[in-house]
Amino acid sequence: MERSLYRFILRYSRSEQLAIVPLVVASMLLYFATLDLPKTIINEAIQGRRFSGPEATVPFLALSFDLPAFLGGGTVRVFDGVPLAQVPYLVALTLAFLALIVAGGFLKYQINTLKGWMGERMLRRLRYALIDRILRFPLARFRRVKSAELASMIKDEVEPLGGFIGEALVTPLFLGGQALTALFFIMVQHLYLGSIALAVVLVQAFVIPRLRRRILALSKERQLTARALAGRIAEVADGAVEIHANDTSNYERAELSARLARIFRIRFEIYQRKFMVKFLNNFLSQLAPFFFYLVGGYLVIVGRLDIGTLVAVIAAYKDLPSPVKELIDWDQQRLDVQLKYTQVVEQFMGEDLMPKELQKPIAAPPLPESGSIRVANLTLAGEAGVKIFENVSFEGGVEQHVAIVGGQGSGASELALALARLVPPTAGSIEIGGIDIVKAPEAVTGRALGYVGPSAYLFPTTVRENLVYGLKHHPVREAVYDAEAATERAFQLREAKRTGSTLLDINADWVDYAAAGVSGPEALEARLVEVLRIVDLEETIFELGLRTAVDPARRPQLVQGALAARAAIRDRMAAPGMQALVEHFDPERFNRNATLAENLLFGTPVGRAFDIDNLAKNAYVRRVLAETGLEPELLATGHKLAETMVELFSGLPPGHEFFERFSFIRHEELPEYKALLARVAESGLASLGEGERERLLALPFRLVPARHRLGLVDEALEARILRARRYFREHLPPELAGAVEFFDPARYNGAASIQDNILFGKVVSGQADAATRVGALLRTVLEEHGLRLEVVRVGLDFHVGVGGARLSAAERQKLAVGRMLLKRPAVAILDGALGNLDPASQNRVLANVLAYRKGRSVLWVLARHDLAARFDCVLVMERGRLAEKGRFEELKSLGGALDRLLAAA
Amino acid sequence: MSLEQEFETIRSVPIFSTIDPAMQKLLAFSSERLAYAPGQVMFSAGDAPEYAYIVMEGEVDISVPTPRGPLVVNTLRKNDVIGEIGIFGDVPRTATATARTALEVLRISRDTFVNVIRSNPDAAIALIRILADRLAKTTAQLRRLAAEGR
Repeated sequence: MERSLYRFILRYSRSEQLAIVPLVVASMLLYFATLDLPKTIINEAIQGRRFSGPEATVPFLALSFDLPAFLGGGTVRVFDGVPLAQVPYLVALTLAFLALIVAGGFLKYQINTLKGWMGERMLRRLRYALIDRILRFPLARFRRVKSAELASMIKDEVEPLGGFIGEALVTPLFLGGQALTALFFIMVQHLYLGSIALAVVLVQAFVIPRLRRRILALSKERQLTARALAGRIAEVADGAVEIHANDTSNYERAELSARLARIFRIRFEIYQRKFMVKFLNNFLSQLAPFFFYLVGGYLVIVGRLDIGTLVAVIAAYKDLPSPVKELIDWDQQRLDVQLKYTQVVEQFMGEDLMPKELQKPIAAPPLPESGSIRVANLTLAGEAGVKIFENVSFEGGVEQHVAIVGGQGSGASELALALARLVPPTAGSIEIGGIDIVKAPEAVTGRALGYVGPSAYLFPTTVRENLVYGLKHHPVREAVYDAEAATERAFQLREAKRTGSTLLDINADWVDYAAAGVSGPEALEARLVEVLRIVDLEETIFELGLRTAVDPARRPQLVQGALAARAAIRDRMAAPGMQALVEHFDPERFNRNATLAENLLFGTPVGRAFDIDNLAKNAYVRRVLAETGLEPELLATGHKLAETMVELFSGLPPGHEFFERFSFIRHEELPEYKALLARVAESGLASLGEGERERLLALPFRLVPARHRLGLVDEALEARILRARRYFREHLPPELAGAVEFFDPARYNGAASIQDNILFGKVVSGQADAATRVGALLRTVLEEHGLRLEVVRVGLDFHVGVGGARLSAAERQKLAVGRMLLKRPAVAILDGALGNLDPASQNRVLANVLAYRKGRSVLWVLARHDLAARFDCVLVMERGRLAEKGRFEELKSLGGALDRLLAAA
Repeated sequence: MSLEQEFETIRSVPIFSTIDPAMQKLLAFSSERLAYAPGQVMFSAGDAPEYAYIVMEGEVDISVPTPRGPLVVNTLRKNDVIGEIGIFGDVPRTATATARTALEVLRISRDTFVNVIRSNPDAAIALIRILADRLAKTTAQLRRLAAEGR
C-alpha cells in the first residue's frame, strides 16, 4: 500500500484527474470573459462612447481578425455583426454576460460531479484495501489492536479523504487558475493596481500557512485522542460486568471525563487559533480595496484611468481573495489529510500480513483425501523469542483419531493452532495427504482443516446461518437477477473493477453443498438436523422452535400439520388420566387456567396496544368494560386483590425475591397502593380519580384463577367476562383489527407460538406432573405427524444474538462443533471445544463426534486426560516438547509423562 | 379468601405454627396445590430434592429401594410434611414417595422454604427439634438392630 497519499492518488486516479483538466481550462477562459465583459458594458453601452449620436448603431458580435503580414496583411471579416442602437446594445451585452455565467456555472457543475465520483471511488478503494488488510492480519495482531479503533479508522477517519481526493489536483488548478486569471486581468488593466493586489496575495500566501502549522499539530493530537476514546468506550462496554462487580463506574466516569476534557482542551485551542487566522486573513483581503479606492480613485480624478476599468478591477479583486483563501484552506486540508492517511495506513502495514495469494478465491482447490499426516520438527516461537513448542514430529494416517494432552504451558493448545494453520509455525513442516499445509492457500486449509477452539465465536444471525458459515468459501451458483436488478449489478460490477474491489457477488449462493456431502438446499436441512443431533443440540433447537411464532403464510405445511396435531392432542387428552391436564380454549367457556386478560381478549395481542400491561389504559378496552357493565366489578376485584397483596407482602423487605416471583405489586409501589386503599376505606371506590382507577383495574388482568386460588373470580364474574369477550370481538374497530389475533379452534394463530397453537389451551395448575406429561404427549404427537423436523427447522431460524448471547455458553460450543462437522474437513482439530459442557454431556458429544468421524482424522486437545483412552493414539506434550506418543493403554503404565498428567488430575 | 384451607394446613404444621400469620398466608399463597392419582410417584430415590410437601388429603407411602424390591418404611397422612430435611442437604432423595390414595398436597419450593426458615428463627428451632427427634429415633433403631444382630 502506498505510504504517501499523493502516490496513492496518482497511482489510481491519474487518468480521471487529467480528464477534468480541459474542463477546468475551459472554465478559466469563460471566467476571463465574464471579467472583461462588464468593462465593455460600462464603457461602451452605458457611457455610450462608441455611439456618436442617439441614432447611431454599433455592430454587435462582429467577428474579424487581422491577417499577419506574410499572408498579405489586411483584415478578414467573418461576420459583420448586427447593427444595434445603444439600449438594444446594452441588452445584448448583458444577455451575453448572463450566457457566460450560465455556461461557467454548468462547467463548474460538471467538474464538481466528476470530482465527487472520483473522490468516492478512491474512498471506496481505500476502505476496501484497509478491510482487505484486516482480513489478512495475523491472529496475534488482534490481541494488540482494539476492534473499535479499527472500525473508527475505516469508518470515520478516512471519510474526509474521499472529499479531498476529488480536490487533490483539480482544486489547486481551478482556484490557482482563477486567482491567476483575476490577477492577470488586473495587471492588464493597470500595473499599479495589479501590483497592490499581488502584494496582498503574496502576504496572505506566505504568512497564513505559517500561522496554521500549530493548528495542524493540534488536529493530529485530536485525531489520536478521539481514536483512543472510541477504544475506551468499547472497553467500557466489554468490561461492563467487571465495572458493576467492582463498583468502578465512577472511576470510569472520571477516566472518560478526563479524556473528554483533553479533547475539549485541544479543540478549544484549535478554535482560538483558527479564528485568529481568520481575522487576519479577512483584514488582509479588505486592505486591497482600501488602496484601490484611494489610488484608483485618485487616478480616475486626474484622468489617468477610466471609471469602467476601475469598476472591473474592483470586481475582479472581489473574486481574488476567495480563491486565494480557498487555496490556503485547501493546502491546510492537504497537510491534514496526508497526515491522517499516513497515520491510518501505518496501522494497517506490517511485514506479518498474510500474502494476498494465500487468500485467493479458488472455486475447487485439490484437497487431501487419503495418505497420512506428517508433522516434522514443528517449532513455534513466541513474541519474545521463547519457544512455545519445539521439534514436534509425528506421523499418522488421516483415518486416525489422535488425542493431544498436556497441562498448562505444555504448548498443546498452540500446537493445535499451528496444525490448523491459524498461527504460522516458526520452523518445520506439516503435510497432509501430500499437501504442504504451511504454504497452502486458505482455500485449501480452510476446507481441509476444521478448528474449534475454547471460545468459539458465533455471528449475530440465525442458528442455520451460523452452521453453514463454514461452507461459504466461493460462490457455487450465480444469483439470478431480473432486468432492473441485472442493470444495477452490471453497474456495481463496473464500479468494483474501477475501485479494485472483489468481483464476487454477495447475492450468489455461497453454500458449498458438496462439501457438506449433500446435493442442494433441501438435503442440507436434513444434514443440519443430523449435525445438531451429533452435538446434542437438536432438542434445544426443537424447543426453541416450539416457542417461536411463525408466519402461517410462509410455512403452510407446518400450519396444516399443527392444526392436525391440535385435533390429535384433543382426542388424546380425552383418554383416562389425561383429561384434566389441559384446559382447552373454548369461545363459550371461561378458562380458569388462563389470565383474565387472555379470557377477555380470547386471543394473542399483536404489538403493544393490547399488551397485558396496557389493557387498563387502552381506550377501547375501557369502552368494552363500561358498555358490558364489567368495570365496577373488575374495579372491586382489583381492590380486593390490592388489599390481599398489601396484606401479604407488606412485611417483606424491599428486593425480597417473593416480589419478583409472586406479587402483583412491586415493593416501591406498596406505599401508593396503601394510600389508595386508605382513601377507598374512607370514601369508597367511587371517589377514585381516573389514574387510581386505572391502577386498580390493571391488577386483575394478570390473575389466573386456578393458579392464584384467591377466590376472587366467581361464576357471575366469569359470565360477565364472557359477555365482554363477545362484545370486544364484535365491536373491535377496524384500525385495531391487526392488534389481536383471536383464538379460533379451526385456525392457526400466527401471533402465538407453535406449542400454544397445538395445545390450544392451558396446562392446568394443581395436577402433579401435568406440564411434563403434556410435554411428552406433545412430542409424541408431533413425531407422529412428522412435524418434529419442521419445528426444528423453525428453531434453526432462531437468532442467536450478539456473540451468540441468546444461547448458553455450552450451546454456543456445541454449535461451533456442529459448524465444523458440517463442512466435513479432512482433519478435525478441536481444543477445549466442549469445556463449558457438564461432564456427562462432554462424554456423550465426544463419543458422538468420534463415531461420526470414524475413518476420518480427528486431532483433539483434551482437558480431561482420561478421555484420551477413546482415541487411537495419544500425543503427550510436556513443556513444549512431545514427550510421549502411542496408545493410551501402553503409555498409561509406563510411569512417564501421561502418568504424571493423570496423577495430577 | 379461598386460600383458607391451605392456610389452615400451614398453621397445623409444627415448623410453621409459630411464625407470623402474615408469613403463613404468604407461604400458602406462594406454594402450589397439587393433586396426585393413586399410585402416582411424587419423587423417586436418587432425584434432586427441589420441593417439600405437606399432605392436605390422602395418604403417601414412603419406600426405600432394596435388592428385593421397594420396601415401604412409613405412611404419611394429613398435615404430615414430606422431604423437608432433604432440601437442606445437597444429597439426592434417599426414598421414594408414592400416592397411596387420591392425594392433595401443598408443594413448597426449596427457595421459598429456605427463605421462610431464614427469616423466622422460631421455625428454624422447630425444624431443629424435628431433626433431633429423628436422630434420636434413628439412633434407637440402630441400637435395637445392633442388639438383634448380636
